[in-house]
Amino acid sequence: MSSTAWLTVFVLAVFLGFEVISKVSSILHTPLMSGANAIHGVILVGAIIATGSTDDNLQLAIGLLAIVMATVNMVGGFAVTDRMLGMFAKPRRAPSSTETSSASSTGGETK
Amino acid sequence: MTGAWADTAYLIAGVCFILALKGLSAPRTARLGTLIGASGATLAVIVALTTPHLKHLGLIIGAIVIGTAIGLPTARRVRMTAMPQLVALFNGVGGGAAALVAAVEFLRPGKDISHAATADLAAIGFTILVGGVSFSGSLITFAKLQELMTTRPVVLPAGRWLTFGFAGAGVLFAVFLVPWPSSALLALLAVVSLVFGVLFVLPVGGADVPIVISLLNAFTGLTVAASGYVLGNTLLVIAGTLVGASGTLLTRMMAAAMGRPLTGTLFGAFTATAGAVGGGGDGAARPVRTSSPEDVAILLGYARKVVIVPGYGLAVAQAQHTVREVADLLTARGVQVSYGIHPVAGRMPGHMNVLLAEANVPYESLLELEAANSELASADVAVVIGANDVVNPAARQPTGSPISGMPILDVDLAQQVVFCKRSMRPGFAGVENELLYAANTSLLFGDAKESMSKVLAALKAQ
Repeated sequence: MSSTAWLTVFVLAVFLGFEVISKVSSILHTPLMSGANAIHGVILVGAIIATGSTDDNLQLAIGLLAIVMATVNMVGGFAVTDRMLGMFAKPRRAPSSTETSSASSTGGETK
Repeated sequence: MTGAWADTAYLIAGVCFILALKGLSAPRTARLGTLIGASGATLAVIVALTTPHLKHLGLIIGAIVIGTAIGLPTARRVRMTAMPQLVALFNGVGGGAAALVAAVEFLRPGKDISHAATADLAAIGFTILVGGVSFSGSLITFAKLQELMTTRPVVLPAGRWLTFGFAGAGVLFAVFLVPWPSSALLALLAVVSLVFGVLFVLPVGGADVPIVISLLNAFTGLTVAASGYVLGNTLLVIAGTLVGASGTLLTRMMAAAMGRPLTGTLFGAFTATAGAVGGGGDGAARPVRTSSPEDVAILLGYARKVVIVPGYGLAVAQAQHTVREVADLLTARGVQVSYGIHPVAGRMPGHMNVLLAEANVPYESLLELEAANSELASADVAVVIGANDVVNPAARQPTGSPISGMPILDVDLAQQVVFCKRSMRPGFAGVENELLYAANTSLLFGDAKESMSKVLAALKAQ
């Protein structure tokens, strides 16, 4: 790929990055940051490719360390984001949810 | 997987990441967004593992297993109050990993570094510099939030010049790497960037740390993009740039929600410390009205409408469950209870919502700023638990105060105000809160959880 092609990808991704989160409520700032954090864990792909194409022991050691760190970033990042969002979802009853669940929730409140 | 197939799979993964960020921007789609993002990441890793002629596959998979064994249980078990520092830690290791990948590429013997393309070397220099800053900076934010060190700004003598010096040296070494690539210079650059990361975060005070985490998160995104360029991998460039751009915007939004410009957050301690430290002393002698848990219980028991304003102190004391019990008891007795949530209450924007959701507080009773203020105007009692700056009327003054212009919760509009505080110390911004001395304010000193437990016991005894 030519340098201009890389630059094109970069510039378009910058605008896309601004665009996708432009309308986010402050309640979701923390999960959004955590989710973005998990996404850059994709450096794991780079770490695998770099490690898998070297024969030198020092580079292998550095590469494997990078893999461990990147995996912690990616796996931990997605897991903690999901846990955070799970806590939002739990107490919430969607207004359009099934009759049984709304009936049980109102029943619980009146008692 | 080879060539075109691999590229197509990477493209799909890239689209997944875009949809993930989009999904995370709205409450209804947030969980789905996370799932899509994780699926994209899994796909990308499988593609990478099936790269033709990949060596050391066993070791690589072993390293992934170790990483998962560290990351997954930590993410599952961490207490929700400790979650911001965990995000910081994850961000730090991500930045560190990007820097290590760049180092592997730099040291690769097959690729004669003296003939490596200028752009490659520049990208490697950038990755080591910014990745190093992100790594060490994130470790310091972790130490601050975990209270392994002071949460107050740490200002070294001549700290400003030291910070600028190391920043300048880092940039200089990264630039020198292009004409004179050598392992020694690379190591020097790594050390300088690590030290700069520490110096960069030290002067930031506890309440502003989340903004810095967000900024370092954006930094890590950019380093991932740069190492993607070095490796010739479009997915890393797209994903890294997405995070870099959205992270920068998110950082600005967070800073705006706290009513402070970004530069003030990062460099404020250098100029503002004198004023902030001086603020506390003179007010201590003024009379305040303290009250007992029993008094507060009586006040709450006779109220018709109560608004609870939780803050940082509640999060630290883990008082959310006790507060919910108090609220439940009051609700059962016919008192109308709601929670006024300031956008930056807690340790991160939105953090308080997570904490209260964990304690099973109904989502409907959490009011955002505007709704909370209209409730407060007709409330009998406002109970402020471990919050200060977000209810300080000084913010209404157009100028002259570090928190001027920050939107606040108007607790002073309520008939009675109860402050549950540990001491008379001003909030993080270091601004005296006049409301503490008002005639209709009573103060309940002590740890938020202990105080609320006593109030709960007194309410039950009524």
